[in-house]
Amino acid sequence: MPLALTEDQALLARTANEFVAASAPIARLRKLRDTRDERGYALDRLARMAELGWTAIPFSEQDGGLGMGFAELVLVTEAMGRGLVPEPLIPSIALAGRAIALGGSAQLKAQWLAPAIAGAKVLALAHTPRRGRFDLTRVPFRAAPAPGGFRLTGQATQVWGGHLADAYVVAARASGQDGDRAGIALFAVPAATPGVTSERQVRVDSLNAAQVTLDDVAVDGGAALGAIGDGHALLDRVVDEATVALTGEMLGGMAEALDRTLTYLRERRQFGVAIGSFQALKHRAARLYIELELSRSAVMAAARALDDRSADAAQLVSLAKARLSDAYCLIVNEAVQMHGGIGMTDEHDIGLFMKRARASEMTFGDAAHHRDRFATLAGY
Amino acid sequence: MSDVERFRAELVEFLERELPARIGALPSPTVDYWGGRKPELPHPQSKRYCEAMADRGLTAPTWPKEYGGGGLDKEQGRIFLAELRRLGLPLPLVGFGLSMLGPMLLQFGTEDQRREHLPRIVRGEIRWAQGYSEPNAGSDLASLQASARIVGDDITINGQKIWTSYADKADWMFGIFRTDAGGKKQEGITFLMLDMAQPGVEVRPIKLISGASPFCETFFTDAHAHTKDIIHGVGNGWTVAKALLGHERTMIGDVFGAGAGARNKPVAGNPLADLARDYLGERDGRIADPVLRDRVVQITMDERCFALTTQRSVDAMKAGHKPGPESSIFKIYGTELNQRRHELMLALRGPQCLGWEGAGFDERELQQTRDWLRSRGNSIEGGTSEVQLNIIAKHVLGLPD
Repeated sequence: MPLALTEDQALLARTANEFVAASAPIARLRKLRDTRDERGYALDRLARMAELGWTAIPFSEQDGGLGMGFAELVLVTEAMGRGLVPEPLIPSIALAGRAIALGGSAQLKAQWLAPAIAGAKVLALAHTPRRGRFDLTRVPFRAAPAPGGFRLTGQATQVWGGHLADAYVVAARASGQDGDRAGIALFAVPAATPGVTSERQVRVDSLNAAQVTLDDVAVDGGAALGAIGDGHALLDRVVDEATVALTGEMLGGMAEALDRTLTYLRERRQFGVAIGSFQALKHRAARLYIELELSRSAVMAAARALDDRSADAAQLVSLAKARLSDAYCLIVNEAVQMHGGIGMTDEHDIGLFMKRARASEMTFGDAAHHRDRFATLAGY
Repeated sequence: MSDVERFRAELVEFLERELPARIGALPSPTVDYWGGRKPELPHPQSKRYCEAMADRGLTAPTWPKEYGGGGLDKEQGRIFLAELRRLGLPLPLVGFGLSMLGPMLLQFGTEDQRREHLPRIVRGEIRWAQGYSEPNAGSDLASLQASARIVGDDITINGQKIWTSYADKADWMFGIFRTDAGGKKQEGITFLMLDMAQPGVEVRPIKLISGASPFCETFFTDAHAHTKDIIHGVGNGWTVAKALLGHERTMIGDVFGAGAGARNKPVAGNPLADLARDYLGERDGRIADPVLRDRVVQITMDERCFALTTQRSVDAMKAGHKPGPESSIFKIYGTELNQRRHELMLALRGPQCLGWEGAGFDERELQQTRDWLRSRGNSIEGGTSEVQLNIIAKHVLGLPD
């Protein structure tokens, strides 16, 4: 697929940006944070996104989706990233929703995927233990065989969108040990199941997250996504997909942080002139712009590689996440520095981008992790 | 058969049958022929190949026919280049007449100037040099001092140019000279052409840290030119100079960016990883040194991102969009990437990167060491990285002067 937007894609990007901008998103995020909002996002906003079709983008028409792909989804997440929009589109749709679409039975799809696409239910993927770093063979739960199904025990941390979620897709080890790809199973577990507890986690970026504990939770065989023991491949795929969706969001965030910084450089005056006339700042801004352009190419290529099911899709995902992790952190660090003292205040918005950048870097693997993965996939 | 298909069929007929029938064996694809009064022949057939192609205007395929060009439109021009590549044929002629002066004459020249100079460029009869930089006018080019004094039809030139590529092999020079030392420095500059085969012009090659170079210094001592060879009028040279600089940046961008991206599709394997395995060894199927392995991946990823960006630029143009601001990054990022690649190759080779000549170093090691030294010039020539950053800051980011 060419690395250029079709007319339909350009229209989608424009409407998404307009929708986000119209909601004064940064002020809304600030209010959710400062009022310690119960949920940390707004269910009615999620429902509006569903009405716009955003939640349906990456699903087949058979599954109740629009039959579009990640080339489209990243345009929506980019718009969301520009506004630091807190609604859990990526965890509910690109992670847990896609896991159910790819591995779930018709009954699971009817029970969870359809209402998630409708924006009526929220799903989350619980796959990260406290000491797992980014290794997808280290899963937080154990699955012990029981009559008619399994019993699940363990604790996942920083489950994105997990606080007040309606159901979890959990990654459990049915056999083997850390480091083994075989032996992992994914299950859909309703949050209301006895033995499931969720505690809210407050993170630096103010996004909804939870620690999810399963204490001998009984699930029947029908709750499994795909074959028991084969869960790693599915987990790897949906995390790759959600990673690309996240790189779209990161791209939006860094574009916005750079735009705001350029505006500041044009307007802020010291020594009687706009500080943007100083070469020491100009040259750094120009280098940030180069990073932004290279990042955009990487996101577009990774999204299209997923949509085309290219042989090198996993490598391009790692390429995009490594680049976006480094570039987003660089841009926000420079953005705060160029804003000077005001950039360090909580009152100014640029610091919110710095916090989101760091959280995004640490989600689904940082740059070092993805460089290692890229090389390993390439055989060196 | 569509017009495009008919054009391609006729072209293939000429390239595959008429051309070999007329001149016999054809040159190999890697040799450049620069033409000129005393042409160097990188291949015995280079001159005949050039002339046979020039008969059809195919040395300057998109120039108008009335000046000896091929008269092809953009689409036909692309087909021509694609067919050359497919058949493993070189460009019939390269040089600054084709790439730089010609486009300026087409934009700014008079009808007489076009009729006099363009056909001779097309036929490879004259090899051109570019006289721009001076010892005290590098990034600040408009401060140039080499003078041109006009008396009647005659121009007397004194001063010095530097970094004049291949001036030692050139027949004529186009360049910018000061015709008025008063007023604003951008005013009083005149763009003119002169024959270098005269007593007042002396050329000395410059040896670089890499041991050799195409660059020269050119000295003018009462050298002469004719007023009919002034382009765009006395005192208007800066307009032409700036247009040519923009054109040059696009060309360099093509070398490192869009053109290269379109040509260099990702290949299987990774030469840097192979080099690392060779010099560092492997452990558990990985490059043995984890730090250098990480650097190999970093450069590999940066190169891939750069290639994707050039592809994005090409795809956007194919989709009918204007060249976007992303093209402004090609010169700076491409040249610096090349430098970082060479630095990494030194690191991978370790002390074996130190060879200059003699025993104990293989051919590739010796060549790469010189290539590394040469690569340091990439971010200086054709507009330094710092000048490029200024251009991005001003024209793309809208930052104030």
